[in-house]
Amino acid sequence: MADLMPSGKVTAKIFPHPLNAWYAVAWDHEVTGKALMSRTVAGRPMALYRTRDGRPVALADACWHRLAPLSMGKLVGDDEVQCPYHGLRYNSAGRCTAMPAQETVNPSAMVPSYPTVERYRYVWVWPGDSTVADPDLIPDMHQMDHPEWAGDGLTIHAPCNYQLILDNLMDLTHEEFVHGSSIGQEELSESEFRTRLEHDGSVTVERWMLDVEPPPFWRKNIRDRFPDFEGRVDRWQIIHYYAPSTICIDVGVAPAGTGAPEGDRSHGVNGYVMNTITPETDRTSHYFWAFMRNYRLDSQLITTQLRESVRNVFAEDEAMLAAQQAAIDANPDHEFYSLNIDAGGMWVRRILDRMLEAEDRAPVRSAARSAVGSAP
Amino acid sequence: MTTSAQPDWSTGRVLATAPVAADVQRITIQRPARGRAAPGSHLDVRVPVGDTTDVRSYSIVESDDDGSQLTISVLRVPQSRGGSAFMHTLVPGDELPVTQPLQNFPLSVAAPRHVLLAGGIGITAVAAMAQALRRAGADYTLVYAGRSRERMAYLDELAGLHGDRLVVHIDAEQTPLDVAELVGSIGRHPLSGATELYMCGPIRLMDAVRRAWESAALPLVNLRYETFGSSGWFQPEEFVVTIPQRAVEATVRSDETMLEALTRAGIDLMYDCRKGECGLCLLDVDAVDGALDHRDVFLSTTQKADGRTISTCVSRVVAREGSPNGPRVSLTLP
Repeated sequence: MADLMPSGKVTAKIFPHPLNAWYAVAWDHEVTGKALMSRTVAGRPMALYRTRDGRPVALADACWHRLAPLSMGKLVGDDEVQCPYHGLRYNSAGRCTAMPAQETVNPSAMVPSYPTVERYRYVWVWPGDSTVADPDLIPDMHQMDHPEWAGDGLTIHAPCNYQLILDNLMDLTHEEFVHGSSIGQEELSESEFRTRLEHDGSVTVERWMLDVEPPPFWRKNIRDRFPDFEGRVDRWQIIHYYAPSTICIDVGVAPAGTGAPEGDRSHGVNGYVMNTITPETDRTSHYFWAFMRNYRLDSQLITTQLRESVRNVFAEDEAMLAAQQAAIDANPDHEFYSLNIDAGGMWVRRILDRMLEAEDRAPVRSAARSAVGSAP
Repeated sequence: MTTSAQPDWSTGRVLATAPVAADVQRITIQRPARGRAAPGSHLDVRVPVGDTTDVRSYSIVESDDDGSQLTISVLRVPQSRGGSAFMHTLVPGDELPVTQPLQNFPLSVAAPRHVLLAGGIGITAVAAMAQALRRAGADYTLVYAGRSRERMAYLDELAGLHGDRLVVHIDAEQTPLDVAELVGSIGRHPLSGATELYMCGPIRLMDAVRRAWESAALPLVNLRYETFGSSGWFQPEEFVVTIPQRAVEATVRSDETMLEALTRAGIDLMYDCRKGECGLCLLDVDAVDGALDHRDVFLSTTQKADGRTISTCVSRVVAREGSPNGPRVSLTLP
C-alpha cells in the first residue's frame, strides 16, 4: 500500500507559501516611472518602479550597504534607483553602479532584482530562484484584458494567511451564510457539486442550482441585459484554481430551462470573478480581485456598479477572514477538521504542499492531528 | 536560492573524488541541505596549514536540488600554503569543516546578454552560471581559455551541454584568447551597453580584460568578477612592514597578510571584508623598498599607480629586481 500523506500536514493552519511561483504584486497602473513604491511579496519586501522604457522592475527593498529601504529613495537616469540614505545607486538588474566617496564600486554590491512580467493588467513577480522563472507558468486570467470582456476590480489587504482566502473561494457554500443579502441563497448548501483535479493540474469545483429564484445581485445583472426578465433561473458557479493562488470563477444565471447546463448560455448573463492572492506575510495577504462580464461591454455604469457591489460582498468575506485568523491565533491548541464541502480547498492544499516539498519548505506537521486517536 | 554572507560551519563528508584534468581534483562533499547552491557561490573549507588551520574558498561547480551534495574542483598549485595539496589527499569518507554556500559572485539573469569568461581553473566559478543561463533560456556565450587541453577541466562535458555557445581557446593549439578581440566584439554588439561579462581566471587575464573594457568605454558595472584576494601580479614573498609612529616592525610571512602581521604586533586596525573590497583597512604608504603588489578592487587604477595607499588585508610588497634589500614598506596610521 502506498504511503498516505499525513493529514496533519495538509491541514496546517498557517500554510507556508511557495517561493518559486509568479505572484501579482500590483495592478499595472500602480507601478510607475515617477516614484518608487514598496510592497512585500512572500515575506520579501520589494521596491517597485518602471524604467524609462516602461519595463516594471522589482528590486529587494533594502540597500546592500546598511539595508535602508530603497523604496524611500528616488529614480535616477534611465533605469536606476538611488538609496535615500547614502546615495548608492542600483540599475534594474540590481547591480550597484555608484558608491559615495570612492573611485570604484565594490564588485560584490548588488540587490536581488526579482523577475517581473506585466500581464492581465497586473505586474507579476517571482520571489524564488530567478533561474527557473518561466513566464508560461503565469496563470490564465485572459478575461482581464480580452476585448470580449469588460470590468474592473480592487485590492483587499487581508489580515489572514493566504490559504484561508483560497479555502473561502474554493467552497462557495459560505455565500448562504456570509452573503445572505446579495448572492446567498439556501439552494447553495442544498445543491450538489463536483470537484475534480484536471489533467493540467488545475482544480475545478462545479455547482449548478437549477430552477431557483435569482438573488438580488443576479436579478439586477440579468435585467441589465434583458430588462423584461421575470421568473426563475438556472445558476452556475464553476471554480477554476491555478497554482499557487489564482482562482477564476465562472458565474452566471440564465432563465430556467433555456439550456445553460447543456452549454447554451445565450439567454443569460455570464461573469468571471477573477481572484489572485499574493501572500504578504504568514498572516497577511494582498487579495487582487476583479469582476469581468461579457455583455454590455461599453457601459462604464455597469462596470462601476458591479465593482462596487462585489466590493461590498467581499467586505463581508474580509471581516470573516480577519475574525477566523484571530480565532486561529487565539486557539493554538485547536486543530482544523474537514467537511465534505472542503474537497476543493483540500486539493489546493495538496498541490501547494507538493510545491513546498519541491522547495523543501513543507508545512510543519501538526503534532495533535498526527498522533493516533488524540482528538481532543 | 541560498545566498548567505555569514559562514555557518558544519562537518562535510567527502562522497567522491576524481581527477578531471592535470593537477585538478573533483571533490563532492555532503553537508546539511540548505537549498540549491546559487550559481557563482563558493564553499569555505578549513584546511590544515603547517601546525595551524586556514580557510580556503572553492567555487561550487555543481549542486543537487537541495544543496546537500556540492561539487568543487581544486587545482594543486606549486606555491600552495598547504591548502590545495591537502585537498588533493582527500578520499571518500574523510570529513572536514565546511560552510554553507557563500555568495560573492552572484549571477543576474535579468541582464539581456551574458558573456562568461573562464581562464583555466576559473571554469569552476562560471560553469554553474552557464548551466543556469541555459536553463533560463538566456542569451549567453561561454568563453573558456587554457594552456592545454589536458589542463582544462570539464571541457568535453561543457561542449556537450552548451554546443555552439561554448568558445574554446587553447594556447598549445595556437588558438589563444585575444582579449582585445573578445572585448571588441562585445562593444560592437547592439546590446553592448547591457551585456554583462563574468570572468574568473588568473589576475593577468582579468587585468587585461579590465583595461580593454575601460578603453572600450563599456559600463564598468557590467564587468563582473570575484576576488578571493589570493592572486596577485607576483608570487607572495615575505616582507617587512613598519609603523614608525608606533615603533612597530613586523615580518609578513608569505602565507599571511599585512593585516594579520600588524594585528599580531599589537596594532588595532579597522577592517571588514578581508577581500580587498570595502576599503576600511587602507593605510597610507610612507616609503617602500620594492614594489607594491595591489590585490584589492577598492582602489582605482589611478590610485594604485599613485601608490599612496594600500589595502592591508590583501595587498603585498615584493622585492624589486636587482635590489640588494629585502622588500619593505613603511605605513602611517590615520
